[in-house]
Amino acid sequence: MAIKFQKSDKPIKIEGAHDMPPMPAALGSMLFNKTGSWRNVRPVIDYDKCIKCFICWKFCPEPAIKIVDEKPVIDYDYCKGCLMCVEECPKDAINEELEGK
Amino acid sequence: MKKTMMGNYAASWGAQLSRVQVIAAYPITPQTLIVEKLSDIVADGELKAKFIKVESEHSAMAACIGASSTGARAYTATSAQGLALMHEMLHWAGLARLPIVMANVNRAMAPGWSIWADQNDSLSQRDTGWMSIFSSSAQDILDSTIISYKVSEKVLLPTLISFDAFFLSHTVEVVDMPEQELVDKFLPPYKPEYKMDVNDPRSFGALTDEQYYYEFRYKMQEAMDQAIDVIKETCREYEEITGRHYDLIHAYRCEDADMIMVTSGTIAETTNVTVDTLREEGHKVGNLQIRYIRPYPKKDILAAIGGAKKLAVIDRNISPGYSGIFSQELKSALYNEIDIPVRSYIAGLGGRDVKIEDIKDIAYNALEHDEPNDLIWKGVKK
Ligand code: SF4
Ligand code: SF4
Repeated sequence: MAIKFQKSDKPIKIEGAHDMPPMPAALGSMLFNKTGSWRNVRPVIDYDKCIKCFICWKFCPEPAIKIVDEKPVIDYDYCKGCLMCVEECPKDAINEELEGK
Repeated sequence: MKKTMMGNYAASWGAQLSRVQVIAAYPITPQTLIVEKLSDIVADGELKAKFIKVESEHSAMAACIGASSTGARAYTATSAQGLALMHEMLHWAGLARLPIVMANVNRAMAPGWSIWADQNDSLSQRDTGWMSIFSSSAQDILDSTIISYKVSEKVLLPTLISFDAFFLSHTVEVVDMPEQELVDKFLPPYKPEYKMDVNDPRSFGALTDEQYYYEFRYKMQEAMDQAIDVIKETCREYEEITGRHYDLIHAYRCEDADMIMVTSGTIAETTNVTVDTLREEGHKVGNLQIRYIRPYPKKDILAAIGGAKKLAVIDRNISPGYSGIFSQELKSALYNEIDIPVRSYIAGLGGRDVKIEDIKDIAYNALEHDEPNDLIWKGVKK
């Protein structure tokens, strides 16, 4: 499915009320607002242990886990490090790694 | 086509004629027959809509918010405690600028548990950013539902249509149902400029800091101001196809009146009749019915008051610790504009019947006294 954005992926310059939509609705703001920067701990999938049950995919609240080539793949641009995937993985296949500064 | 129906069904059929696409409702107390009828209509295939049964009124409004965000025409109905439970979501619908229309049967807030007429439920939601109507007949309910979708979808503000429990909700009246084709022409499908669409992704309701929140409030106020003209224009359009006239207020025999009663809901209809009898007795009185409390039709009200020397407000509601709410609103509208006494009366709380004789008593009291009063509790058993 082709996703088209009407505006560029940069923040839109807003001078005042009349440049704004009536409601707080931003055009593709998540493209530049990368919430992955909030993460302290990084979940890393160990594909040797992973049985591809996709429970992590289902539980990720962001959702930052995508299915790529029939494997769960974490999108670190948006993974906020809540570690729900770690908690839910039945095979303990997701490791926690501290984010280095 | 003329049909007899109770006020509840006038709301249901108004929604059907408006071709609502999503109805979300909590089906038990304090719900009314409005959504029961609609669930029949949907189940019988007479209306192509999704009927969502939810676990609370808070969820009902949340579901309407979701539906309306995707561009669907959403409807729900509630009453008293149910409306109160929606409170948080009402602010959301308002600030998200979603043109949801909702019926609310005006019932007294519990305790004591009550299912009888009282306006405190919807007046408690006055500041949520919803346009707010008090209907006074079954015809008014049906027509207001259709008109409100058109107005709401133009100005992007939701509308609450309230009407008195039992006196209107369960009273059978003759209602002229407009033909579907006529309504379809008047009310085309909703085509929002901003909607949730996977093919055109946007973030809705995201974190909005002080750099922008203030401006969203400003825009809401602007929309409320514009709504006054949009309501008038839409009512005119509706009158052209149905012959029925609506406005933000309804002034009855006010032109030459010395004393004007200010009323709303079913009390307004009874007051019209009372005005006729008082006129026969030689009293130059009129009745000013407030239909919309938001947007508040200040200019229309001042114009209708014209040269009257005195006003008497009847409130079927109370802001405890101050006074009736329509009375407060009226006084603030008059300040710096017209300097005449306003007499304030409370009547009919919790469904106490307000008869012609009661309104006559109120009128005589107002005619006899020139000084403004704080509050008179009509018929309270002290
Ligand atoms: S939950 Fe664990 S085992 Fe299942 S797909 Fe995700 S990582 Fe693999
Ligand atoms: S840590 Fe949280 S946000 Fe990141 S992939 Fe796991 S569940 Fe999703």
